[in-house]
Amino acid sequence: MAEAGAGLLSRLARSAARRTNAFGFSHGVHPPEHKELTAHLPIRRMPFPEEVVLPLRQHAGKPAKLVVGKGAHVERGDMLAAADGWVSSPVHASASGWVTDIDWWPHPDGSMCTAVRLAVERYSGQVARPRMVPDWHGLSQAEVLRAVQEAGVVGLGGAAFPTHVKLAPPKDATIDTVVVNGAECEPYLTTDHRTMVEYPERVHFGLRIMMHALDVRRGIIGVERNKPDAIEALERTRPADLDVTVLPLTVKYPQGAEKMLIRSVLGREVASGKLPASVGVIVQNVGSVATLAEVFETGLPLVERIVTVSGRGVQRPANLLVPVGTKLRDLLAFCGGLTDDAALVLFGGPMMGLPQGNLDVPILKGTTGVVVLTHDEVRDQQSFACIHCGRCLDACPMFLNPSLLGELAKAGRHEEMEAAHLADCMLCGSCSYVCPSNIPLAQLFQASKTALRRQKAAGQ
Amino acid sequence: MTPVARPEPRVARPLVVAASPHLKGRDSVPTIMWNVVGSLVPIIAAATWFFGPSALFVIGASALGALGTERVLGRSPSSPRSRWGSIADGSAAITGILLGLTLPAGMPLWMAFIGGAFAIGFGKLLFGGIGYNIFNPALLGRAFLMAAFPVATTTWPAAAGAGASWWSLRGDNFALPLLTARATDAITAATPLNLMKFEHKGTALLDLVLGTTGGSLGETAGLLILLCGAYLAWRGFLNWRIPASILATVAAVAALLHSIDAGRYPSASFMLFSGGIMLGAVYMATDPVTAPVTNAGRWVFGVGVGLLVVVIRIWGGLPEGVMYAILLMNALVPFLNRATQPRVFGTRVAREGAP
Repeated sequence: MAEAGAGLLSRLARSAARRTNAFGFSHGVHPPEHKELTAHLPIRRMPFPEEVVLPLRQHAGKPAKLVVGKGAHVERGDMLAAADGWVSSPVHASASGWVTDIDWWPHPDGSMCTAVRLAVERYSGQVARPRMVPDWHGLSQAEVLRAVQEAGVVGLGGAAFPTHVKLAPPKDATIDTVVVNGAECEPYLTTDHRTMVEYPERVHFGLRIMMHALDVRRGIIGVERNKPDAIEALERTRPADLDVTVLPLTVKYPQGAEKMLIRSVLGREVASGKLPASVGVIVQNVGSVATLAEVFETGLPLVERIVTVSGRGVQRPANLLVPVGTKLRDLLAFCGGLTDDAALVLFGGPMMGLPQGNLDVPILKGTTGVVVLTHDEVRDQQSFACIHCGRCLDACPMFLNPSLLGELAKAGRHEEMEAAHLADCMLCGSCSYVCPSNIPLAQLFQASKTALRRQKAAGQ
Repeated sequence: MTPVARPEPRVARPLVVAASPHLKGRDSVPTIMWNVVGSLVPIIAAATWFFGPSALFVIGASALGALGTERVLGRSPSSPRSRWGSIADGSAAITGILLGLTLPAGMPLWMAFIGGAFAIGFGKLLFGGIGYNIFNPALLGRAFLMAAFPVATTTWPAAAGAGASWWSLRGDNFALPLLTARATDAITAATPLNLMKFEHKGTALLDLVLGTTGGSLGETAGLLILLCGAYLAWRGFLNWRIPASILATVAAVAALLHSIDAGRYPSASFMLFSGGIMLGAVYMATDPVTAPVTNAGRWVFGVGVGLLVVVIRIWGGLPEGVMYAILLMNALVPFLNRATQPRVFGTRVAREGAP
């Protein structure tokens, strides 16, 4: 009897300990995950295409500055364009070959951007030049930052924010925790999942370097519970000498949004308009952390990335290691092409991904995956008037009032939207997802944000 | 250089380019509305069981008035493909049926039809159609009928088991428009609320819960309405906070008054299961268009409706106050929405941190 009671007590204590760390966030939605298409597929290397196209703007911040000319021969890993200032990142050749052209090229965000076209050298081993591998132990913080910037490492979770900028938080912020974002809450995508399963040591090594660079003692890796094999792999390889926790998280969208993740793992609320550093946290995507480790293992800059190609509109879904700059056309062809009912080709997941109308756009450093939806999955264009059901209010993780914001947006009352905290909207799309009237709320908010920016630019 | 065959993924149909998110949840406005209509079927069946074919006639006439008006005057710019126009979204059907359920079985059908037409035409389409109206259309229709035909709307035939055949009409349903209805030999019975108000007579709780009392068509079967509402709440088509707060408020205030003077004030269970409180709380007050959009606002809305119901029933001149209680609170909804905006993530921290 006493034994059973003690057993129950210890079980309760253990479950409480598990729960005390995971605070969770309120609201959010549960879209179908569809991860089963690729979650079990090992990462394969895609053969080099005949041509890669490398836009100079692949990161948040200033575009890189060209350092090569037309006709130049470059080897894999050579710099094509250098960082232009602090918030900028260089672009490297992702394959050996010749620069055939430097001109405008369609960019996945829908615009055009100066890009370097490389004719890939056939019969080349594509072996990078031998290079210095920086020894992270002996490097000061500034030297680590320089090495990270020179390697062109940016956030691989989608926003492509230069990693070295994140590693240099404002002087007045005291950072106490590095949070590694392994939530991967977007449906279909399994890029981070496979990285954690196949390269858990890299994740831990990258985290170690980040903690060294930031002089932080605590690291937390947050992983959604739908990836038990990833959690197991990270637990198995967890270093004994570091305070690193692998934290299973509730499966809920948008668990991987920075502010939601910090709320989930630490219970801290990042103030409106502030950065995570204001609550002592730096968040980095799992893929970027693994890339960071690679830089300090091999010395090779960021020239390839893992991409999930998935969706019912693609013939053979896969997790692929592809050179940055691979054209969407070549990637889809390698995956067997599109199915007959393919309707929507996305860079990123279906909740926040960018639709592509031109198959010549290149895979960027920040491209988490390519998802192809079929015609029956695509949203209906018809919408009804708002019936004030309030579902969007219960879905918005930022506790905004999308119903009100949507009405203001339709009326073009952008200043009032600003007062209603439009700036806090991160365009996660949870409101549009649940709206029974099928009002394109996230799209309206995106448009209003752009309109406000223009108004302000015109006013200055 | 020899040209190499380029691998071309074949694109069978033009690609769609649309803004994110590209996935859509399952429920749409028509799904929600038609599910509400479906949940009303058992209540219609109960009304027919209690009041005979008259129930179907009256509900049918008011639904026809509502649907006809919606089809003729309503416009649906967003769904031009539908042959049914804006009827397809199902909200006019709800209004028509709900209005029918608030009417007595002996009502002349032309009145019910006009009520349905008024509810949709004046209560909804005049404001701009679905989503834009301020007042619950069905209740507005009933308020109109109460003002226009005070006798017809307050002549309550007795429920089944009062002696007459189930097949007999419970009033002059087929009276011609604008003519005085013929007096029929249908047996009338005062509603429990009338008995309480004017004769201080109670009604057995079991009759109230099951619905074997006099009253409007769909308001008597309290337990059934609760069950249908529970189904809708479980499916997420109805916000449970509104009925919960209305019923809790009515019960609490009634219990308090009852404990002060049991002779003067009826008990909480009587208040909850008599009159239109169940139908109003579950189906009328929960109309999303005319209720607050925030959860905090919904609690306040429900408490307000509950208080007004008790006040009107006990101190007002009318035996029943659900209709006016909800309509009055409908008018307050814009204010409640403004006053109960959610706290935006990260704003409390900012205020504390501000110098």
